Amino acid sequence: MKLSKLVLASTLVAAGASGLMAGNAFAQAKEQFIPVLSYRTGPYAPNGVPWANGYVDYIKLTNARGGINGVKFSFEECETGYDTARSVECYERLKSKGASFVQPLSTGATFAITEKAPADKIPVVTVGYGRSESADGSVFKWNFPIAGTYWVAADAIMQAIAKKEGGFDKLKGKKISLVYHDSPFGKEPIPLLQERAAMHGFNLTLLPVTAPGVEQKATWLQVRQNRPDYVVLWGWGIMNSTAIKEAQATGYPREKMYGVWWAGAEPDVKDVAEGAKGYNAVTMQHGAEPQSKLVKDVMAMVHDKGQGTGPKDEVGQVLYMRGAMSAMLAIEGVRSAQDRFGKGKVMTGEQIRWGLENLNLTQPKLDALGFAGVMRPISTSCVDHMGAAWARIHTWDGAKWQFTSDWLQGDEQIIKPLVKATAAKYAADKKLTPRTPADCQS
Amino acid sequence: MFYRENGQFKTTYRADQQIFPILQDRMAITALLLVGFALVPMLASDYLFRAILIPFLIFSLAAVGVNILVGFCGQISLGSGAFMAVGAYAAYNFFVRIEGMPLLLALLLGGVSSMLFGMVFGLPSLRVKGLYLAVATLAAQFFADWMFLRVQWFTNNSPSGSVSVSNLQVFGLSLESPLAKYIFCLSLLVVIALLAKNLVRGAVGREWMAIRDMDVAAAVIGIRPMYAKLSAFAVSSFIVGVAGALWGFIYLGAWEPAAFSVDQSFRLLFMVIIGGMGSIMGSFFGAAFIVVLPIFLSQFLPALAGLFGVEISTAVVSHAELMVFGGLIVWFLIVEPHGLAKLWSIGKQKLRLWPFPH
Repeated sequence: MKLSKLVLASTLVAAGASGLMAGNAFAQAKEQFIPVLSYRTGPYAPNGVPWANGYVDYIKLTNARGGINGVKFSFEECETGYDTARSVECYERLKSKGASFVQPLSTGATFAITEKAPADKIPVVTVGYGRSESADGSVFKWNFPIAGTYWVAADAIMQAIAKKEGGFDKLKGKKISLVYHDSPFGKEPIPLLQERAAMHGFNLTLLPVTAPGVEQKATWLQVRQNRPDYVVLWGWGIMNSTAIKEAQATGYPREKMYGVWWAGAEPDVKDVAEGAKGYNAVTMQHGAEPQSKLVKDVMAMVHDKGQGTGPKDEVGQVLYMRGAMSAMLAIEGVRSAQDRFGKGKVMTGEQIRWGLENLNLTQPKLDALGFAGVMRPISTSCVDHMGAAWARIHTWDGAKWQFTSDWLQGDEQIIKPLVKATAAKYAADKKLTPRTPADCQS
Repeated sequence: MFYRENGQFKTTYRADQQIFPILQDRMAITALLLVGFALVPMLASDYLFRAILIPFLIFSLAAVGVNILVGFCGQISLGSGAFMAVGAYAAYNFFVRIEGMPLLLALLLGGVSSMLFGMVFGLPSLRVKGLYLAVATLAAQFFADWMFLRVQWFTNNSPSGSVSVSNLQVFGLSLESPLAKYIFCLSLLVVIALLAKNLVRGAVGREWMAIRDMDVAAAVIGIRPMYAKLSAFAVSSFIVGVAGALWGFIYLGAWEPAAFSVDQSFRLLFMVIIGGMGSIMGSFFGAAFIVVLPIFLSQFLPALAGLFGVEISTAVVSHAELMVFGGLIVWFLIVEPHGLAKLWSIGKQKLRLWPFPH
């Protein structure tokens, strides 16, 4: 190696170091900054991309509508690849730019950031996912699993199955298999399903699938042997379409399969199209909503101006709507914080936390935002960080998703004690004292 | 001119045997330590600590461990991620199950558990070597993945299988601030790296190197292959285990088995290959390369594109990042197959003659 090359190499290294220093220096103007943790690469990208498109488009739409009382939003995307360590790096990097709130978009990252958020004073918003016990705001002061948790999703699926069978008492002796992604995400519904199994006397079989989920032959062999009455699919990314293909190959009726909402979007069934006909999935409130006012607004104010993110024809699909709704709920938290702490000001993380805790999205408000028919009103409180436990089931008819159930509500009688007990265990492990009513006012 | 050892005579065995026999090296290392312990804490931002320096220190420690096994003893291992996982989960169990367990002791016990685990999975090394051993150590990786996913006891019966720690303290000092975490990791790294350096200079290290260079010849001159190989596995997995415990406790705070997946094993192996096989110094270079470069590229590429007025999306950036990263690895290996540490020593060699090369 020549000296010149050595010099070149060391210059590169020096440039790298200075680049990192400079990275911190991009100061933000007087705008509310939102970090966007997303994954557009890796095994979960097919589902991560539409979510991110919806999320970013909604921020752009809010700016096009004039911001919140004149406060505009700026954002920066950071690619995590669904990797916890990368997510933490993204979080730390974007935090230093004054993050208002963060949506980790992965269960692993949610767990890691949950430990950091109280010190950093940044609310962790997990719309429809995250750790289920964090619905208890008296222990998890900074977590907001708004609009439902995995336990709500699992409970809604059980209710839908019971309805199909003609009541919970008919479930006695039935066999239900949970095919799940073998990670904290996939294991989340297990406590609830076990609780339900004990209550109604059905047999629950747990069939883990190793991440990322392309290898499922052994799992479906077990399904073929057991011939369960229902299969609950707790997958994500390529695992979903693989599972449906395997079900097709095994001859397992798709009508008897119920997916979690991460397993109920277009990318999961598109490749199988006809083969996935009859496959059901739970939706936390919304489904595919191409006719909604929100989609029309996005089209008119963002996409037609050439500022849209992602392909136009995917606007309004299930995960796109999920991204938009996630952004909307957190941004409405900013609005509610401004109502109390001063309109037209940039809010701090602590103020937004208050806003998220006192969210009151009534039907007229939702209608004004373009979410009419997409979702039901949500209001949160100090104790209840979830706000609402509504869900619906939609079914793939071979070409599109269609709702096939009424509104279902997660059974509070089962979920609440579970949340309380698990949150209490967390508080005990961490030696946390639950918040007092006085702390709720702040 | 500045880096020349003319006139530095060693008159005692002691002087001849020190780690850094050249005065300039000693000065450089002292300066480096001063920078690490005093200057960096004054200058670095929160982000730099949390997202770059701490992972760099922890990965350096892990790379030192892997280097002992792969670089010094020649036992190629793809199970380093598993050793990290065992360290992390064992430390976690000691920490939460035993009331009043000091953090430092828990971390070291995590290392000890990982050591035992490493020795068990090092047993095949007595029969198979090279690529075959690499495949055999993959078993350790898959076993650990399975164990921490399925055996609930290890995760303290957490329903989701994710564990977390908080309220960390060392000698009564809180380890919450990034600065405290940084100093803690740095101190641990300095101590362990120094011990490792001395180990590889000593009789044990020479046995390892003899086994690496030609195990039959080593056995003929009286080195016991079993002792040498298993001790390399033990020391290596102890260090990697401590690094794993730090990764979980200090960097992530809450983790799941995926944090120690087979990717982590590959990453550690790359660090050793790029940094320089059989060089403690090289481990640091390798860790810096693997930790800093992707982050740097993800910031640098959009800025570079911005100069030309092009806005590129996150997906493009992250794909380009992977391509540039892969390209650089290939380039490095072609240009300098002995890794960055070799570049370093070439640089030193040049400096000895500078400014009058032959």
